Amino acid sequence: MTVIEVNGLSKRYGDRTVVDGVSFTVAEGEIFGILGENGAGKTTTVECISGLRTPDDGSISVLGLDTRTEREQLRRLIGVQLQESQLQDRLRVGEAMQLYASFYPDPADWRELIAAVGLTDQVRMPYAKLSGGQKQRLSIALALIGNPRVAILDELTTGLDPHARRETWKLIRQIRDRGVTVLLVTHFMDEAERLCDRLAVLDGGKIVALDTPAALIANVGDVDGYRANLEDAFLALTGSGRDN
Amino acid sequence: MSTLTRLAGSEARLFLREPMSVFFALAFPAVLIVVLGNAIPAFSEPSADFGGELPINLYLPVVLALAVGTVTMTSLLTVLSQYRERGVLKRLATTPVKPSALIGAQLIVNIGALLAGSALMMAAAAVAFGSRGPENWPGLLVAFLLGSAAMIGLALLIAAVTPNSRASAGVGSLVYFPMLFFAGVWTPGDMMPEGARRVADFTPLGAASQAMQDAWYGDWPQPLHLAVTAGYIVVTGVLAIRLFRWQ
Repeated sequence: MTVIEVNGLSKRYGDRTVVDGVSFTVAEGEIFGILGENGAGKTTTVECISGLRTPDDGSISVLGLDTRTEREQLRRLIGVQLQESQLQDRLRVGEAMQLYASFYPDPADWRELIAAVGLTDQVRMPYAKLSGGQKQRLSIALALIGNPRVAILDELTTGLDPHARRETWKLIRQIRDRGVTVLLVTHFMDEAERLCDRLAVLDGGKIVALDTPAALIANVGDVDGYRANLEDAFLALTGSGRDN
Repeated sequence: MSTLTRLAGSEARLFLREPMSVFFALAFPAVLIVVLGNAIPAFSEPSADFGGELPINLYLPVVLALAVGTVTMTSLLTVLSQYRERGVLKRLATTPVKPSALIGAQLIVNIGALLAGSALMMAAAAVAFGSRGPENWPGLLVAFLLGSAAMIGLALLIAAVTPNSRASAGVGSLVYFPMLFFAGVWTPGDMMPEGARRVADFTPLGAASQAMQDAWYGDWPQPLHLAVTAGYIVVTGVLAIRLFRWQ
């Protein structure tokens, strides 16, 4: 079953086209990655899919809902983790979880979720005192508090140490195993390769490739006598217009 | 419990955890009156110049205006622009709750703090100097509420048109200090020069202060002052709603 359907999405800011005719579909229970360099249009794409921005062209449907006209219904069914979205300095972890849980008709158990992201010891800690990684993990927990059917996660593991990144990946797989569809934005190759079932590679606002990580790598073959990895595939796909 | 009540409860808790905002919104008006009255002995003795009144009493409605200006131009404005700048409103926009609900909660908290701070100031004046309250309560409340709404509208408008919280704080203080002048903080009652008073009539806090001073002494506020504050409410309200960006 198709959960996300993006058709000819374009978004311009002034005369700069940031997203240019992007189309893809995501199936239920899939972990779908959007991979690209800074400024490739990843965040704008997922903000349009989340209903935070209105596309200039194209249509997007999530769980059968039009993201332009049915935003209210959509927001009960999706969980979104945004880049650089903070909380009130003096709001405590437990308070934030309970407050956000109260927004949804059928929220998850916030204590379970806070344990899953490893913040049980910080429940009484105010947001401002959390480390960067702890803030990131709280942000993930808040995106999942409404028991969403689709989780949209932008730069999921930025700022996390390697241990916390592995833990977060494990959490994302667990969520998927419960039937949640995950749309993931990343610029980390290893994360895209390990976690995603399929990847859309974005360059200059356009999708330049869309396949499983393994297939993207296989298309490149060997590079300088070594077996290619995802980074080689990425560089081969996005190299156009640059010197090297 | 409705979402707005829940958000207002949460914002009230956060407000009370911020010592500076608690001091300026709740305690400052009372502290100011008590300190002024005690620092200058003549302030708390009946004066023939003021028809046998205590000079400090002249200050009470003016300090109400000062309280309105302080809460709206510092506490409320700072929080609103920070919430946008730091993505708090944007995060809320991804949930079933609208970010406007958080702004509504902030208004409830700030109005509550303003009322509490004003009541505390009047109680302190009554205890310290035996000051009586306003002679025209309904007139005072109308003037106070209109003046507060006009200044809230101005705070929302500044938050709407400034690009970040530093700019809003800057514009906020550019507005705050002249507003205090026109409210008569340095020249209460009849001490304000005639020219300045004519300008003050057309500023939101100046008009509100005049209206509150009239009501304090038993008159009804002048229609001009009520019309000026009402005009500011409409204009700033409409512009703020049109221009506000959630992210």
